[in-house]
Amino acid sequence: MKQTVFILLGLAVLALLAAAPYLLSDYGTALLLGMTGYITLATAWAMFSGPTRYVSLATVAFFGIGAYTVAVLSEVLPYPLVLLVAALIGLTVAIIVGLSTLRLAGVYFVIFTFGLAELVRQTVTWWEVNVTETLGRYIFLPFEGRHIYWQLLALLVVTLLISWWIGRSRYGLALKAIGDDETVAEHAGINVPGLKLALFAISATIITLVGAIQAPRWTYIEPSIVFNPTVSFLTLIMALLGGPSKLWGPMVGAIPLFLLFEWLSANFPDHFSILLGALFIMIVFFMPKGILAKLEDLRAGGAS
Amino acid sequence: MIENLVNGLVLGGTYALVAMGLTIQYGIARIMNLAFGDLIIAACFGTFVLYSGFALSPVLALFLIVPLGFAFNYFIYQIVMRPLVARAPNSEALEVDSILVTFGLLFVIQGILLVIFGGAYTSYSYLNTPVNVLGTIVAANRLVAFVLALIFGAGILFVLFRTRWGTTLRAVALAPESAPLYGIDVNASARLAFAIGGALAASGGVVVSMYQTFTATAGVVFTMKALIVVILGGKGSLTGALVAGLLLGVVETMVAAYIDPGLTLAATYTVFLLLLLVRPSGMFGKAG
Repeated sequence: MKQTVFILLGLAVLALLAAAPYLLSDYGTALLLGMTGYITLATAWAMFSGPTRYVSLATVAFFGIGAYTVAVLSEVLPYPLVLLVAALIGLTVAIIVGLSTLRLAGVYFVIFTFGLAELVRQTVTWWEVNVTETLGRYIFLPFEGRHIYWQLLALLVVTLLISWWIGRSRYGLALKAIGDDETVAEHAGINVPGLKLALFAISATIITLVGAIQAPRWTYIEPSIVFNPTVSFLTLIMALLGGPSKLWGPMVGAIPLFLLFEWLSANFPDHFSILLGALFIMIVFFMPKGILAKLEDLRAGGAS
Repeated sequence: MIENLVNGLVLGGTYALVAMGLTIQYGIARIMNLAFGDLIIAACFGTFVLYSGFALSPVLALFLIVPLGFAFNYFIYQIVMRPLVARAPNSEALEVDSILVTFGLLFVIQGILLVIFGGAYTSYSYLNTPVNVLGTIVAANRLVAFVLALIFGAGILFVLFRTRWGTTLRAVALAPESAPLYGIDVNASARLAFAIGGALAASGGVVVSMYQTFTATAGVVFTMKALIVVILGGKGSLTGALVAGLLLGVVETMVAAYIDPGLTLAATYTVFLLLLLVRPSGMFGKAG
């Protein structure tokens, strides 16, 4: 009974969100689009980094791969195929990165992901300058803001469903065990490297798709635009603020922070990254497990 | 060929110097510092300002910037890192926290540099006179940079392996739990190590600004290269950092000279990837 109510409520919210572009101005839709993009990124990031506690700093590497694939192929292939190719490229890169780093200690993974975006950016730039001789590309796809928004919304729903399903399945428990103590998990018969790799691959593929779907917004694309490290940073802050180990955590962090970032970048464009960095340090200091866990602590503290 | 080798060794000398700083911070203070490269860049800009604004030679600027780097990192450890160390239940938790906090710090430092200096490529001309080394022509500033890197590197090795201070620091690196039993103040040692690492980053910045252009956003690449050198050499191994730094400098210069300058980072990553597959503990690291 209770579950049915929740499902109906969820569907109603979803219907309202889907209808939002007809109710809002163009600016409102654009805002909602950007927000949905970041919620999806943060949720996908937390899907891997939350339970395993491996901090991935490579969000924008995959995001950029997705966006750039669309820029290169949008004239050549039909759109759904372009998305598929983008997802496959993201998946392949994720598997290569995962295979070479995930069987080692977490710090190797962090180091590898830290420079990955810069590596991909420089390599793509080099390829475009020397091989294809076209640095900077135009995307002409007949999409308006709301079309992109609907695709992102659908991707977000799928991401949340995957995240929810993983959390409830045996794999979710296994993942929590890995986050708590990897050695113990291994001895309990969990295929630790395989599970981590699978999760990282899923998370990276979703992030690649977010980049691919959002690409038509820019019209003009250059490696330095789509491989902007701020994207990785924002995703990380949002997921951490809300709490990466909870299903709704990334969303709870992403909504207020996205609005704050919009306001900051409009009013303090030059000091944006200073404020962002300072805010992030505060979050790590005062809410290391996120808002949701903090609230739970407070409630538990009040009850006892 | 010889020319590229000499240039590669010069570059590698700088890499080795900064990687030593990073490996001291990570090995002794247990802080994985992702803002390390941005300290290097800050020192580059500091030297630039002193040279172009006050006509102070970069070699003299060292005497100002290196102590500043030491003091800045000393306070950063005391204010930002110390509370994290105190609350961390184990070394993994501290590692994650330090990664996150220094990632935030990276954006703060980079943002400040961007506000002051903008995003343009910056350089200055110092001692740009040709010198003959082993039959090839090398710019004098590169030679000075190499000699300075050698002096600093030798200095830090001397301190760590020939003084009581250094022995204390190495004891903390080896066994942080047992060190207090011998009357060693682990907190003070970690703070000192973090500050020394920062001072090495500052010296690296001064040295690198003598012969390379730099931008406010180049810190990430420096951190990346220093990290790769640390892993290549083996975590916490100073000899490893030295050898790996020189190696990476030579590889990069060769790739830039014979293949394409745009692929140097890709070459660095290839070396890193091969190492991870073959010997993850590094050239001089202990297994496990």
